[in-house]
Amino acid sequence: MIPRPRPERFRLRRTMMFMNAQKPGLIKDAYIYGCDSIMLDLEDAVAENQKDAARFSLYHALKTIDYGDTEVIVRINGLDTPHWQEDIRVCVAGGADGIRIAKCESANDVHTVEKAVEEAEKEFGVEVGRTLLMAALESPKGILNAYEICSASERMFGVAISGGDFRKCMQTSFQRDGVDMMVARGQMLIAARAAGIQCFDTVFTNLDDNEGFEAEVRQNKAMGFDGKSLINPKQIRLVHEIFAPTEKEVIQAEKIVRAYREQSAAGVGVFTVDGKMIDIAFIPGAERTLKLAKACGMYEGEFA
Amino acid sequence: MEIKKAAMAGTLESSDAQVTVEPGGEGIELSLQSSVMNQYGRQIKETVLETLERLDVKSGRVTVVDKGALDCTLKARVECAVFRSCDESQANIPWGGAIR
Repeated sequence: MIPRPRPERFRLRRTMMFMNAQKPGLIKDAYIYGCDSIMLDLEDAVAENQKDAARFSLYHALKTIDYGDTEVIVRINGLDTPHWQEDIRVCVAGGADGIRIAKCESANDVHTVEKAVEEAEKEFGVEVGRTLLMAALESPKGILNAYEICSASERMFGVAISGGDFRKCMQTSFQRDGVDMMVARGQMLIAARAAGIQCFDTVFTNLDDNEGFEAEVRQNKAMGFDGKSLINPKQIRLVHEIFAPTEKEVIQAEKIVRAYREQSAAGVGVFTVDGKMIDIAFIPGAERTLKLAKACGMYEGEFA
Repeated sequence: MEIKKAAMAGTLESSDAQVTVEPGGEGIELSLQSSVMNQYGRQIKETVLETLERLDVKSGRVTVVDKGALDCTLKARVECAVFRSCDESQANIPWGGAIR
C-alpha cells in the first residue's frame, strides 16, 4: 500500500498526460516520464464493456504503484452515464489526488460530483475535503458557464478545455492559428483567473506535426495557461521547455522581489529597477516566475 | 462469492493477464499459462489463489493466461472475472474490503 500525501490544491501543473486506466502496460510506469500530473482515464479511452474492469485495474494501481511526486488525477465518466458514481467511489477509495469532471456544463454538475465525493470520503474513511476536483469544458454551454463552474467549490483547482468535442459543437475543426478556439480559450482563462484557479489547454493530437505542436504550446504560454493536456510522453519535454522562464526573466524577477523587500522596508512604494517603474502590482508575477524557475531547477535563491 | 456462470476479464496484451472463471465441482481447479512461468509461476499461482480466498470463492475452474502481469494486475483481473460471473461488477464494489 502506497499512502499518498494530502494533495496540494495549487501546485505546478505544466503537463497532464492521459493514460488509459484499463491498460496495465501503460499505468504501471506512468511516473517515469516526468510529467507533472497523470490523468488516468476511465472515460473515452475505455470501451463501454470494460468500464468495470478498468476500475479494478485503477484501484490496484492507485494502491500499489508509487507515483512519487507525480500527481494522479482520474477522468471519470460523464454525469449522463450509468458509470460516474462507481467511478467516484473507486477514485476516493484508491486515494486519487483529484477527479476530472468530464463534459461539465454548470456549477450544479460540480456540486453533484462534490456531494458524491464527500459521501465516498465518509464511506471509505478518507479525510473530507481531501479529493480535489477539476472540470473539463467540452461544450459552448460549459464555456458560457465557465465562471460559475470555476468558483463552484473549494475543491476546484482548475479547468480545462476539451478541443475535440468543443470544435464539433461549434461546427469547426483544428486551425493552425488557433482561431477556432480563440474566444473559448480566452473566456475560460478569464473565468479561471477571476475565480483564482488554474487553467489548462486541450490536447494536440497530431503526433507527427512537431511545428504545429510547438506553435500551439507557445500560444498557450502567451495566453497565460498554466499547462497543457498531453496524449504522449514525447510531448512533455517541449512543454516544460516552453513554460520555463528565460534566464533573463529569472534575473529580472529576483531583482524586482529583492528591491521590493528593501524598498518597502524603507517605506517606499514605487521605485525603479533597471530604469523600469516597479510597484506592488509587479510582485505576484515576479514571485511566480521564481517559483516556476525553482521547479524547473533554474533557481535556488532565497525568494522562492 | 460463488462463480455462477462463465466470465472473463483481461487481455492477452503484454503486461496483462486474461482470467476466465467457470462454475465447477469440488474446490478450485487452476490452470495457468505464463510467459514467465519459470521465474514467476509459483508467485502468480499464490496471488491468484489468495485473491480467490479473499473473495471467498470455494470452487470453480479458473484459467489464467499471463503475459507478464504485475501482481496488482493479476488481482484486478481475477476480481473482475469473479464479480462478472455474479453480475455484480458494475456497482457497489467493496473497495478496501474484499478488494484490497
